[in-house]
Amino acid sequence: MSNDFALAVEDLTVSFDGFKAVDNLTLYVEKNELRVIIGPNGAGKTTVLDLICGKTKATGGSIKFNGVELTKFPEHRIVQAGVGRKFQTPSIYENLSVLENLEISYPKGRSVFGSLMFERTQDVTDRIIEIAEMIFLSEYLEKQAGLLSHGQKQWLEIGMLLIQDPALLMLDEPVAGMSVSEREKTAELLGRISNGRSMIVIEHDMEFVKRIAHKVTVLHQGKVLAEGNMEKVQHDPKVIEVYLGH
Amino acid sequence: MNAFYNRWLGGKKGTIELAILAAFIFVVLPLGLDVFRLNMVGKYLTYAFAAVGLVMVWGYGGVLSLGQGVFFGIGGYCMAMFLKLEASDPISTAHQTTPGIPDFMDWNQVTHLPLFWEPFHSLTFAIVAALVLPAAFAYLIGAAMFKRRVGGVYFSIITQAIAAILTILVVGQQGMTGGINGITDLKTMHGWSINTNSAKYVLYYVNAALLLGSIMLCKYVLSSKLGRLLLALRDKEDRVRFSGYDVANFKIFTFCLGAVISAIGGAMFTLQVGFMSPSFIGIVPSIEMVIFAAIGGRMSLVGAVYGTLLVNYGKSAFSESFPSLWLFLMGAMFIGVVMVFPNGLAGLYETYLKNWFEKLLSARLSVRSNAIRGGLPNEQ
Amino acid sequence: MDGYSLSDLWSILVMQGFSGLSLFSVLLLMALGLAVIFGQMGVINMAHGEFMTIGAYTIYFCSKIVEKHFPEIMPYYFIIAIIAAFAIAFLIGYLVEFLMIRHLYRRPLDTLLATWGLSLIMQQIFRSLFGAREVSATLPNWLMGSWKATPDIDIPLNGLFVMAVSIVVTAAVIGFLFKSSWGIKVRATTQNRVMAGAVGINTKKIDRLTFATGCGIAGIAGAAFTTIASTGPTSGSLYIVDTFLVVVFGGSASLLGTVASAFSIAQAQSILTFFMTNAMGKVVTLLSIIVILMMRPEGLFSSKVRK
Repeated sequence: MSNDFALAVEDLTVSFDGFKAVDNLTLYVEKNELRVIIGPNGAGKTTVLDLICGKTKATGGSIKFNGVELTKFPEHRIVQAGVGRKFQTPSIYENLSVLENLEISYPKGRSVFGSLMFERTQDVTDRIIEIAEMIFLSEYLEKQAGLLSHGQKQWLEIGMLLIQDPALLMLDEPVAGMSVSEREKTAELLGRISNGRSMIVIEHDMEFVKRIAHKVTVLHQGKVLAEGNMEKVQHDPKVIEVYLGH
Repeated sequence: MNAFYNRWLGGKKGTIELAILAAFIFVVLPLGLDVFRLNMVGKYLTYAFAAVGLVMVWGYGGVLSLGQGVFFGIGGYCMAMFLKLEASDPISTAHQTTPGIPDFMDWNQVTHLPLFWEPFHSLTFAIVAALVLPAAFAYLIGAAMFKRRVGGVYFSIITQAIAAILTILVVGQQGMTGGINGITDLKTMHGWSINTNSAKYVLYYVNAALLLGSIMLCKYVLSSKLGRLLLALRDKEDRVRFSGYDVANFKIFTFCLGAVISAIGGAMFTLQVGFMSPSFIGIVPSIEMVIFAAIGGRMSLVGAVYGTLLVNYGKSAFSESFPSLWLFLMGAMFIGVVMVFPNGLAGLYETYLKNWFEKLLSARLSVRSNAIRGGLPNEQ
Repeated sequence: MDGYSLSDLWSILVMQGFSGLSLFSVLLLMALGLAVIFGQMGVINMAHGEFMTIGAYTIYFCSKIVEKHFPEIMPYYFIIAIIAAFAIAFLIGYLVEFLMIRHLYRRPLDTLLATWGLSLIMQQIFRSLFGAREVSATLPNWLMGSWKATPDIDIPLNGLFVMAVSIVVTAAVIGFLFKSSWGIKVRATTQNRVMAGAVGINTKKIDRLTFATGCGIAGIAGAAFTTIASTGPTSGSLYIVDTFLVVVFGGSASLLGTVASAFSIAQAQSILTFFMTNAMGKVVTLLSIIVILMMRPEGLFSSKVRK
């Protein structure tokens, strides 16, 4: 039955020297769904993303993406399978221009010789311009990425993932450190890009979560505490106790 | 043509840099020096290959190899083995207990040519081996380390240990390698004497051309997406990995490229100097190659050449008259290049000379372009 | 291995094993100092061997002074000389940290190059001051004897003595690091420099003391070294590669690993050199370490931690 889902995480466990950061976690994400994961600090949210994208290797359990087992794949194969991940702090190449940042992320010429032979063709340029418009950076293509504002860096990283057109996009706190107007734009951006792909977003800002989430999963001590729409989760007494209540 | 200009030469700035370097080593040095001194400069220029390799591996690849001498040595030994076999024909070695084998083997009571020496009767094989062996060895080390995410100081220490092991091995296996003296008394290549003055000029120019060719190859690599990936890797390795790249492969490639370039230098060293010995593969020569690159500027390909020439000129000038002072100076260079001017000569040029130089250049250019445009005011 | 009877082999094994103990002691003390500096501070000290040489020269000069002026304390001077070796190497290390190392934290590759430069300068200073010729300290007579355990087995006393010294020093270092308040501060600084600073630990002072202590231990290694070989300006540099391999092989953060790895490397080398040439014994040992390290890059002892 797990084949109906875009992502099927089953009995996922990872322990660091005996401490179980993620404990027997089971989670299904449907195609075209935008799932938000919330939970108090140390609940294991980022670790779950780390496990899915291969940054951390699981101690046990399985992660199936469109029916393909990911736990044995090295990181770059997971990306090539269609899973993109944005890190918590903007992770971009500060010394390169916005254009070069997007170009490096363009999913062609990923082998050593492919990258030696890679040419910036019209197709590539068109795609870069298209993405730059989407992430509100079309005027900054030649600007050095390190000089962008914090919010713009967050957008750039999202753009670097979008250019790869991943079937599953995972964002770790995409609006952290953004101004109110930047948040507005980001919510709108996420709404637009969630068409045709599944997304997992970790977020603390409840207003923001309400705006974007199709479904919410609450993690606590590495386990799923509650799952459902925002309304249901917010009124779950267990959730109120560990998270929303205090 | 335009692609060649932009990618192999590095655009306007790169072309000017290369032209100045080419003029210096192709014209100024041969005109200004007698054949003995020129041969010495030729020897230094072979070290420059190793330094150029290190600019790629260390400056751009971000991994400090302390075993660059290993690759220089493999290249040099491959060439030396061929030349030695040619010098050890049965007639000129008739006085030996076993004629037809290299003299040092005879001295060490070796009675037949070891199997791995056999193919080095062929020059083609020797040249191919001088390029392929270092690449294969670098691939082996690189794959074992980078695939397991070993980098930083661990990589440096292990490459240094490999340099130490190889030296001990070569010195210890005297009967097969010539031991501490190395492979000496090399005379001819396919009957062409490498010791005459005219041969020294020819070899100097071949070497200089290969050096410029190697620098252009590196420029080409750096101008490709691979070059930008190397910069990206040093900044955010994880981002590159999570953009779908197998990061280790790019480091392995750079390490192999650096190894092959060093090996070309080693082979040219053997040809120009007429011998090869373990004193060029160990810990000390390997780390000295790092200082050549560091003095030139660890991110500057042409700087590596100037750095090598400067340090070696200093070494020969000082160690003739004040040998003890030289080691102090060498030590001070290591400390100074790290603490005071981390970008070496290239950095000094950028901060102090560049403005002056560009003013000079643009003044000339604008005079000319004004003439072409019929006296239209320059935008500056 | 034909030509050796089983009991011959046993005697060889035991005697080579015991002669390996001297090498073990030198490697252990060297590696201990390096492991403290590298493991705790992340600094690669390529001049570590020269601090060992400082210790060795200290012993040499102590022995000459005692021989000439106070021959009556000859039997005991070695103990005092060891303390002097530690003290002098400690002081010079303190100075080096202040002048150089502290500017280079967080740039490990640069520290490596700068300390290599320092080692060249130190070697040249030794050569200028003490000459290029190798010198030997006069050891007390009781150190020169040997203990005949069985008719076939001869165990040199100096090996036993330096091993005792190295065990005492190792125990002291481990004790300091895990029991004293200085040790707690050192470990706190290692684990979280910013936080350690925030709770009032003077991290700069801790760094300086840690570095100086590592150098001081190298000085003691120099003392042990004088019992097995004569001292020259480049004596220390011969050990630097082996020492780094000991530290890396043992797992850089584990002192227990350092002990185990020093032991196995010294023993392998010592036993192998009996059956092959000296050079080949060393090649085989170093090569096996590198192959093992390539398969298990984190070293012998390490724990899985969350990054």
